[in-house]
Amino acid sequence: MNEPPVRYNALIQMILCRWRESLRQPEGIFWTFVFPALLAVALGVAFRGNARPDPSAVVVVQDAGAEAVAASLARDGGLKVDRLPRGEADRRLRAGKAAILVIPGDPVTFRFDPDRPESVLARHAADGALQRAAGRRDPVAVAFQPVTEQGSRYIDFLVPGLLGMNLMGGGVWGIGWVIVEMRIRKLLKLQLTTPMRRRDFLLSHILARLAFVPIETVPLLLLARGLFGVSTAGSYAALAAVSLAGAFAFAGIGTLVASRAQSSNVVMGLINLVTLPSFVLSGVFFSTSRFPDFVQPLLRVLPLTALVDALRGVMTDGASVAAVSPQLLVLGVWSLLSFLLALKLFRWS
Amino acid sequence: MTGPAVDVSGLVKRYRQVTAVDGLDLSVQAGECFGLLGPNGAGKTTTIEVIVGLLEPTAGAVRVFGRTWGRDGRDIRSRMGVALQEARFPERLTVREVVTQFRSFYPKGPSPEALIGQVGLSEKSAEWTVRLSGGQRQRLALACALAGDPELLVLDEPTTGLDPQARLMIGELVLANRDRGRTILLSTHYMEEAERLCDRVAVVDRGKVIALGAPSALIGALGRESVVETIRRATLEDVYVSLTGRRLRDE
Repeated sequence: MNEPPVRYNALIQMILCRWRESLRQPEGIFWTFVFPALLAVALGVAFRGNARPDPSAVVVVQDAGAEAVAASLARDGGLKVDRLPRGEADRRLRAGKAAILVIPGDPVTFRFDPDRPESVLARHAADGALQRAAGRRDPVAVAFQPVTEQGSRYIDFLVPGLLGMNLMGGGVWGIGWVIVEMRIRKLLKLQLTTPMRRRDFLLSHILARLAFVPIETVPLLLLARGLFGVSTAGSYAALAAVSLAGAFAFAGIGTLVASRAQSSNVVMGLINLVTLPSFVLSGVFFSTSRFPDFVQPLLRVLPLTALVDALRGVMTDGASVAAVSPQLLVLGVWSLLSFLLALKLFRWS
Repeated sequence: MTGPAVDVSGLVKRYRQVTAVDGLDLSVQAGECFGLLGPNGAGKTTTIEVIVGLLEPTAGAVRVFGRTWGRDGRDIRSRMGVALQEARFPERLTVREVVTQFRSFYPKGPSPEALIGQVGLSEKSAEWTVRLSGGQRQRLALACALAGDPELLVLDEPTTGLDPQARLMIGELVLANRDRGRTILLSTHYMEEAERLCDRVAVVDRGKVIALGAPSALIGALGRESVVETIRRATLEDVYVSLTGRRLRDE
């Protein structure tokens, strides 16, 4: 009647149960798959290339000589020329729908905001078109080769950020929340009356998490590739290594978050304390370079900043594992410190 | 085995201001079913949690199988099965998955299927625990407690909140386990249950044992000491009320 003990390995059983529980939670599936996908699609569409301010939108103010000026500008195929009365033209400029106003006369007047990059481009284009139409000969022949550089669009910036966000969320919710749930349900207490090893208990959470990394990253990568052509410049091995290092660091932080909390409110507060500032400070949605220089060193040692920077390095710059080793070091230190602290603080019963 | 399965002497458990257990002595003999009775807040659950090694006593000695918690913890745990009051299993795991997990914690024991069969849950084996009734959940808890083929079963209020049929079923399972030679320590609020299941009971109040003995002996003692109000046979309930008083407790 007694079975051989090898058939029931406690660590494997616990990992299996964590997996089953996670996969059977519809809300977990939503936050892991659907929400990041929706974010990627929404932001990818909102910030896609042709929604950027258009340097070719030139408005000729309806005035004496407007027809000739418009005709000269139209010879440059790259400009979209409208003729409008002054009031309407000014409104368009203010609203950012026109890059520049061209007011016919002698001299021809360019009205534009020098702080808007597309207006400065439009000024040069319009000036050149008018001069050439009036007979200027360009002494050097030039040819143009327009390319769309993948990796430089907003979606290319965003996808590594979303991946990092996903790995962070998986760690702090998937471990922090789940352990506290077990504590509230007195399940942790019950398991402690068995010969279960505490080491196996914590290890099962971490290993179950690491096994979730492909689920949290691959679908998002495929979606970004299919919809927006976001590709990975570096190797997939490097991408996997960075993702695992990130998942490991946030598994540690998740364990730390769960180490004392005895109610869902407390753990939710702690999780928000970790995640919300990270969304802003770690360069998920916009570059950390927008923050003042003196806080940069601080931002760089945040776990999510390190993870997102490393992911971006691999995905957009084709960096190797060695090239992102500073970020991996930061993640390693976070893993180590959070696990050690969590073990010290952990409230078992 | 020689000596008691559980031996508690001079147990004190104090939280910051509250003294939950205040010098409690009891010993559970191997092979008997021992009941802890007492009002809410009497210290039953605290006593049980100290005995099963979840809480450190403030003072006093606890021995299980003659061993002390600390160095021998893992050895004691592998010979003991526990069902805790209000412990809730993960909602979206099946009965078989939960039992298999608990089975995996122990070095030896019956197969998960056999454990599920013992508590009469074979038909529910593939059901998520969230879909079980209260009685079925308690039987699942019992299956988990039995997973390591334990010598000692500790059940904290295994029948609280269950309907009479479910309580009877748990009672039968307890008796069946005692008849197989297991030692059982349980706490309960139900006097008729204690009277039916337990070889000996301890009535606990304010963190102390205030009466100890076989249910029949306690009932007999009451009959000798007090004026019997009615002609009906005195029950353990009468003993309990005469000892702990009729007024309602705060909790």
